[in-house]
Amino acid sequence: MNIRRLLVIAVPYLWLLALFLVPFGIVLKISLSDLAIARPPYTPYLDLAAGLAGLKAFFAGLDFDNFVFLTTDDLYWRAYLSSLWIALSSTALALLVGYPIAYAMSRATPEWRPTLMMLVILPFWTSFLIRVYAWVGILNTEGVLNQFLMLTGVISEPLTILNTRTAVYIGIVYTYLPFMVLPIYATLDRLDDALLEAAEDLGCSRLSAFWLVTVPLSKQGIIAGCFLVFIPAIGEFVIPALLGGSETLMIGKVLWDEFFRNRDWPVASAVAIVLLLILLIPIILFQRNEQKQREAEG
Amino acid sequence: MRRFGWFNATSLTLGLAFLYLPMVILIVYSFNESKLVTVWAGFSTKWYGELFRNEAFLDAAWVTLKVAVVSSTIATVLGTMAAQVLVRAGRFPGRTLFSGMIYAPLVMPEVITGLSLLLLFIAIGLDRGVFTIILAHTTFSMCYVSVVVSARLATFDRSLEEAALDLGCTPFDAFRSVTLPVIAPAVIAGWLLAFTLSLDDLVIASFAAGPASTTLPIKIWSSIRLGVSPEINALSTILIGVVSAGVISASLISKRAMVLRAREERQAEQG
Repeated sequence: MNIRRLLVIAVPYLWLLALFLVPFGIVLKISLSDLAIARPPYTPYLDLAAGLAGLKAFFAGLDFDNFVFLTTDDLYWRAYLSSLWIALSSTALALLVGYPIAYAMSRATPEWRPTLMMLVILPFWTSFLIRVYAWVGILNTEGVLNQFLMLTGVISEPLTILNTRTAVYIGIVYTYLPFMVLPIYATLDRLDDALLEAAEDLGCSRLSAFWLVTVPLSKQGIIAGCFLVFIPAIGEFVIPALLGGSETLMIGKVLWDEFFRNRDWPVASAVAIVLLLILLIPIILFQRNEQKQREAEG
Repeated sequence: MRRFGWFNATSLTLGLAFLYLPMVILIVYSFNESKLVTVWAGFSTKWYGELFRNEAFLDAAWVTLKVAVVSSTIATVLGTMAAQVLVRAGRFPGRTLFSGMIYAPLVMPEVITGLSLLLLFIAIGLDRGVFTIILAHTTFSMCYVSVVVSARLATFDRSLEEAALDLGCTPFDAFRSVTLPVIAPAVIAGWLLAFTLSLDDLVIASFAAGPASTTLPIKIWSSIRLGVSPEINALSTILIGVVSAGVISASLISKRAMVLRAREERQAEQG
């Protein structure tokens, strides 16, 4: 192995080890420590100067108290469950909204398709924070939506949407829609029209051809899109904090508050570790799906 | 022949309206005379003036720009190296861990990435500030860059590079004069992605920033916690404008480059 090759591997490798894996180990370690009124605010603190005795004392001080605490206070498991539920429902909603868009894009003339794709991707590039903030002004009780509905006489009293779960659903569907549309569009775009024609020639109605041919053949895109919305939605912080109000529990927000408000680093770390364990399942399933798709494409 | 019926037309129109209307409303209200966001009191650009007199916003914007330029540039170099490793290096000890570390940050919740980096900075006694934000942003954006670049590298014909080596190029020369021009669009796209991710990031920056340094998203966050303000609408409008102009021109340029290259290749074949 020559020096150059070694360098190309070593530089990014060491960077990621130092700034991704090691921090992770620290989170794990602090999650096993106890809260202390000190700097840093946890104990035991690894004292390398004390040598082997220090190391022994350090390991003796680690325990699973924080994880036991997470199970005793119902705030935490309610927050985990509600995050999962919100992520799941938003994913279903995003699929309902996204599929027709992806379908229509794949039916557009070839000259139009790059432009449409650009139009779907562009919001993804513009600030996430600003796109969520835009909804605050719309969903407010005095917001644009309520004004419009009252002006047109649909409602006589303003609706309370901001600071409810509904607002969080809207926020997640809105910000993650491109992640749903693009993978579905990619599979629909490859779909051979001859298959649909064959189905229709064999007596299928257009609707049943859609159900029996188009939907099954776009399954891979649907699965990929669902994971791409579901996985980031679980740990979301900005959307529930800005649109969900104090009523909407989500674990990302709980972690943030635990760290910045309560300054309880050990519990915040334990919350992070459990969140990661929960995320591991959908992530592994997603990886498997991607691999299957690659193998299918040969 | 594909049919484009009324159903498709409706779903496209509604879908695009859903994507763009909120931003349009935001932009329209940034030109509202009234301080109350809900009441339209006539056209005015006074909030833009107000914004440019606000030192705190200008300072934060400057910090954000510095962080974004530096971190996305380092991330592009590291990410391109990492892509090279993923696609070209073959087997080496710890390869699985390496590719795991490239893909994991992409799916990691921001709160966890932020928390873990902050705990690292405190553990090694690094003072938080612009430098730590740059470290944090570089780390997650290099993974995005490497995914974008490795997708392009995977489709690139390796024999071209080998030919250059056979003709006496050093490996670095071969990379610079053969590989780099071919993967350049992906490298540029990766840089742009890293730049906008850094410009946009609130959560990780909040953890990594010390009390002394504030980025624009942190500043925006602390003011929108207090409610909608026309000043923030003005700032958002500027940001949306800048990013859209950047992305649209970048895609037009890369499209043009593709057309030019296709023409050159055709001429070379005929020549």
